[in-house]
Amino acid sequence: MENNKKKSIIPTIILTILSLLWIYPIILILLNSLKKESAITTTGVFELPLGEIWNGFTNYVASVTQMDFLKSFWYSLVISVMSVVLILLCCSMCAWYIVRVNGVLSKILYYLFIFSMVVPFQMVMFTLAKTADTLKLNTPYNICIIYLGFGAGLAVFMFTGFVKGIPLEIEEAALIDGCNPLQVFFKILIPILKPTIISTAILQLMWVWNDYLLPTLVLDIKKFRTIPMAVQYFRGSFGHVQMGPMMASIMIDIIPIVIVYLVCQKYIIEGVVAGAVKG
Amino acid sequence: MVGKTIKKWWPIFVVPTLAAFIIGFLWPFIWGIYLSFCKFTTVQDVTFVGFSNYQKILLDNTFSHAFWLTVAFAFISSILINVLAFAIALALTKGFKGTNAFRTVFFMPNLIGGIVLGYIWQTLLNGLLSKWGQPLLALSAKNGFIGMLILLCWQQIGYMMIIYVAGLNNVSPDLIEAAQIDGATSRQILFKIKLPMIMPSVTICTFLTLTNGFKMFDQNLSLTGGDPAKQSQLLALNIYDTFYARSGPQWKGIGQAKAVVFFILVVAIALIQLKATSSKEVQQ
Repeated sequence: MENNKKKSIIPTIILTILSLLWIYPIILILLNSLKKESAITTTGVFELPLGEIWNGFTNYVASVTQMDFLKSFWYSLVISVMSVVLILLCCSMCAWYIVRVNGVLSKILYYLFIFSMVVPFQMVMFTLAKTADTLKLNTPYNICIIYLGFGAGLAVFMFTGFVKGIPLEIEEAALIDGCNPLQVFFKILIPILKPTIISTAILQLMWVWNDYLLPTLVLDIKKFRTIPMAVQYFRGSFGHVQMGPMMASIMIDIIPIVIVYLVCQKYIIEGVVAGAVKG
Repeated sequence: MVGKTIKKWWPIFVVPTLAAFIIGFLWPFIWGIYLSFCKFTTVQDVTFVGFSNYQKILLDNTFSHAFWLTVAFAFISSILINVLAFAIALALTKGFKGTNAFRTVFFMPNLIGGIVLGYIWQTLLNGLLSKWGQPLLALSAKNGFIGMLILLCWQQIGYMMIIYVAGLNNVSPDLIEAAQIDGATSRQILFKIKLPMIMPSVTICTFLTLTNGFKMFDQNLSLTGGDPAKQSQLLALNIYDTFYARSGPQWKGIGQAKAVVFFILVVAIALIQLKATSSKEVQQ
């Protein structure tokens, strides 16, 4: 027992140092976001925000007003929530159908979904943007249809993997008792699918929330900017980049993510594992 | 019986997903393949030119540079990430104190989007480089390449570590105990028992890291932007650049042809990799 304790000290120290290094980049940005503009130079990034350099939260105020951050936050939220809800609902229904009606068409559909997961986005980016324009799917309130199409691969894949393991008898009994398929699906399948629904929701949320290229090409960047678009726009298109507000905007992007992560950590990690095991 | 009953309910169960899938993937994909054989600036004036776009790719030396850079990047990053993630996972499954806290920290970068990650590391790496008197990221393709490797490792090690931890926790303790009784060293236990038993995790992690490495775009755009002079451009950014940053009527067609080549490359690598590692999986 004594020996065991001693043995574990060295790895614990190494892991502690490693994890401090791991969060250091974020701490560095946090420190710089509290500095005066003139102090955020290439060589000066490692100085602490003390004395003369201290700028309080001025950068945060500037970032929120200049970037129109609240609007961006709203667009990101609307797009993420609508897309994920739509993906979960439609793809779980589709997956149930594919597994239970196990014909040639179901098989073709299934392999098409799998195929779509491997195809790089650059392959469809130009034509997808044109299609979205033509069909007027280019606002934050209906871009979720595009996300349903592009996210269907992973979602259908995960749901079919799970539905295959559900015994048929329960559904048969419910149908004999006079339920129609929709009732069977919502009253029986959805409760059984709950763990997969959470896992899929997390994987899709991580993707849609952080996605940059798809909304940039589909949405009108002058009218609608999601958070990743706003950060890139702020950095890329202003003649002189104001480093202070830039650092603050990075922090504003990270803080909500970290809070959600710390609260839902268990589900997020389970979601990642479930996604990998099904794959 | 369930199948028969729900079969005629396809308009409700299948059509919404299928329609969105056609709009969001299938139609743009097929149209994209067709356009790779055409010359166009807008979709209204399209002329069919056969394979000439593909021939022009060969003359574009930014493409071949990006191609080999991407291949190198994907393989190096995949090996680095998997080895380091597996090492950390091994350490975290030994039952030390604070395992959960470490896991939380290592996984976190994964939740931050590529664009923001790029700017975080740009600040840190440029600061370090200037301290050491080295050329900044935007001025040295080598530093940019190493920077992207560090960034991707930082982002993905946590994710792969989670998968490896789950795999290692599934290895039955009886098996390890039996090996210990038979006198196996801890090195033998690692290479002869643990590693073969978690081959499914290795398969999925190599698949994910390889495809992510090949497809990387956001981090490339924000960390180096392809500078200097497109020397740190990976394929995805090179294609984007061909589409949207070059003027001239021929470039969109060439960009689309590049995208087709890129797509074939990614699919081929994914298939070869899945075949190679899944053949090493053992039946439990």
